[in-house]
Amino acid sequence: MRLLIRRLGFYLVAAWAAITFSFLIPRVVPGNPVATAIIRAETSGQCNAACVHAIELQLGFNVHTTLWTQYFQYWGNLVHGNLGFSWSENAPVGSLIVSYLPWTIGLLVVATVIAFAAGTLIGVLMAWRRGSWVEWVMPAAAFFQAIPYFFLALVIVLIFGQTGTMLKWLPSLFGYDIYTVTPGPNWPYIASILQHAILPGVTVVLASMGGFILTMRNNMLTTMDEDFVLVARAKGLPTRRVVTYAARNALLPVVSNFTLALSLVVSGQILVEIVFNYPGIGYHLYQALSELDYSLVQGIFVVITLVVLAANLLADVVYVLIDPRARQAG
Amino acid sequence: MAQNTTLMAAVAGGGAPLPEGPPGRPRALRLPHGPKVIIGLVILAVFVVVAIIGTWAAPYSPNATNVATWVRHVLVPGTGPGTGVPAHYYPLPLPPSSSHLLGTTVFAQDVLSQLLASTGATLFVGLLAAAMATVLSVLVGVTAGYLGGFADESLSLLSNVFLAIPGLPLLIVLAFYVPSAGTSILLVATIIAVTSWAYTARVLRAQTLSLRSRDFVEAARISGEGRLRIILVEVLPNLVPIVAASFLFTTLYAIGVYVALAFLGLAGSPTSSPAGLWNWGEMLREGFANNAVRGGWWWWWAPPGLCIALLGTSLALLNFGIDEFINPRLRVAGLSRRAAKRAGIRVRPSFGVTAVVRRKAEPGGEVAAP
Repeated sequence: MRLLIRRLGFYLVAAWAAITFSFLIPRVVPGNPVATAIIRAETSGQCNAACVHAIELQLGFNVHTTLWTQYFQYWGNLVHGNLGFSWSENAPVGSLIVSYLPWTIGLLVVATVIAFAAGTLIGVLMAWRRGSWVEWVMPAAAFFQAIPYFFLALVIVLIFGQTGTMLKWLPSLFGYDIYTVTPGPNWPYIASILQHAILPGVTVVLASMGGFILTMRNNMLTTMDEDFVLVARAKGLPTRRVVTYAARNALLPVVSNFTLALSLVVSGQILVEIVFNYPGIGYHLYQALSELDYSLVQGIFVVITLVVLAANLLADVVYVLIDPRARQAG
Repeated sequence: MAQNTTLMAAVAGGGAPLPEGPPGRPRALRLPHGPKVIIGLVILAVFVVVAIIGTWAAPYSPNATNVATWVRHVLVPGTGPGTGVPAHYYPLPLPPSSSHLLGTTVFAQDVLSQLLASTGATLFVGLLAAAMATVLSVLVGVTAGYLGGFADESLSLLSNVFLAIPGLPLLIVLAFYVPSAGTSILLVATIIAVTSWAYTARVLRAQTLSLRSRDFVEAARISGEGRLRIILVEVLPNLVPIVAASFLFTTLYAIGVYVALAFLGLAGSPTSSPAGLWNWGEMLREGFANNAVRGGWWWWWAPPGLCIALLGTSLALLNFGIDEFINPRLRVAGLSRRAAKRAGIRVRPSFGVTAVVRRKAEPGGEVAAP
């Protein structure tokens, strides 16, 4: 328990750092980018004087209060869920992000779970059957790990996507069929969502699985040499059980290093969403970047960070559950 | 902290326990070899050569266009003779041919020239960013691990915070506020390095922590060596394999991130002002933004993507070599069946015992000591 409280404290510090970074950066960089963005909003015709003033307040441009006052105002707004106003979407950033999140999180969770489970199993198998043909999975895994997510997405669209030119098996644009189904709790809508999630999901799984395979294989090979494995074997336990014991222990470092893996998957999915025009956070981040909509970009940054930190806390809870040593230390 | 008790790399396998043994002759001098390493080195060498001579060897300038002959002109339906509307044409890129080995783009530019000219910036940004990140992580990690106490607490907190905040979003926000980032290798590399040093720092800190209490370091301390000298002479040489593996891993990461930034349009396009650098991510962005996938013009975007994947694979293969060098248990697993048989090792059902293999220069001189 004490371990979890410590971790919680750490994540609060990390969240504070990310939010403060997001507050400070428009105020410390030399004026040009911020001024350009405000002119862009003014001349777009979608942003009246009040809206421009709101953006200026948000970015600390042309505001004549002290930095401290602005900082406390920023936090005050944040605590009330007010992340600013997006002029390009003409809506509050907070409610926009709430509408994007389910798409991203749904895809992310399903894809990460599949990649983690399959990658770990293959990794164990590779360590168990070391020296055989399974070794050839290694260079293949390295290749998939090195492919940029968005390039893999382009290839998958080309081969399987309906917007590609080859097989045209599955839809590869948008989160659901925006022409024929109406959003709501009806079966055609749900079926359409599931169908549209297949290709982006497969992309994320393929691109992220290589890392899980390689890590698990290396951990497993190291664990298989531990004394307790030798003892289990000497006792005459069936190989299958020995492997299970070793695998459970080899899994621990993977879980405790989940932070880095998750950060990579999230970064990758942002790019995958762009290729598939998938209506999640990554695609809208791309849109906001091209419109120079700073409030939306920063809101998305803060929310992604908070979601990732929450996921890390969850990984820590899992770690404590599966490792008795962590429980005793706490 | 649970996170720090392990050295296992989450992605490419960064640091496993160092080989035990007397610190006499530096083991780093016995370079890892084997088919994986050789293939990796050859691919990397090819890319380095292309990066250096690319712009010069390219048949055309990457920006050169020839609207008259380098694209196919297709008549827009409903215009031209017989319709009363003046003829309008739209351009279609040319597929690979003998005059354009990789075809052309819809802007009537030569893809091969762009590919060759892009290699330099892509590779050098990756290497430079990794070098800067590695220096930063050695400074932070070794200092934290060796000094301990408050310095350790604060530096560890710093690197853990950088690790917990997702890398690409942080980088996007940074690059968004530095619109001129894409115009200079140094600037892009610095921005990438700032966001990619933390993982290595954490690995190095843990390793330094374990080295600090080894006998030979204790001996140096008791004999009155200075702190700086101990770090430089006793600790650092033992970190070389981990630093090397981390450097390769960070290069791989930095290239991926640079390409992603360019794909997002944050690394400046060569046609904007000031002009951004040509790189593989920019080629992919232009292809994607101009419907190259939908149009079936694979020759436009597939070559840069494959180059990234190949370069990445070569770095990963080198990393495997270093991993096997650091961790003998992985070394045996990396042996092919024939090599294992020659060395007299049963590779497969060998729980609990790993044979130690020493590869010698003379053929068949592998010694097995189970």
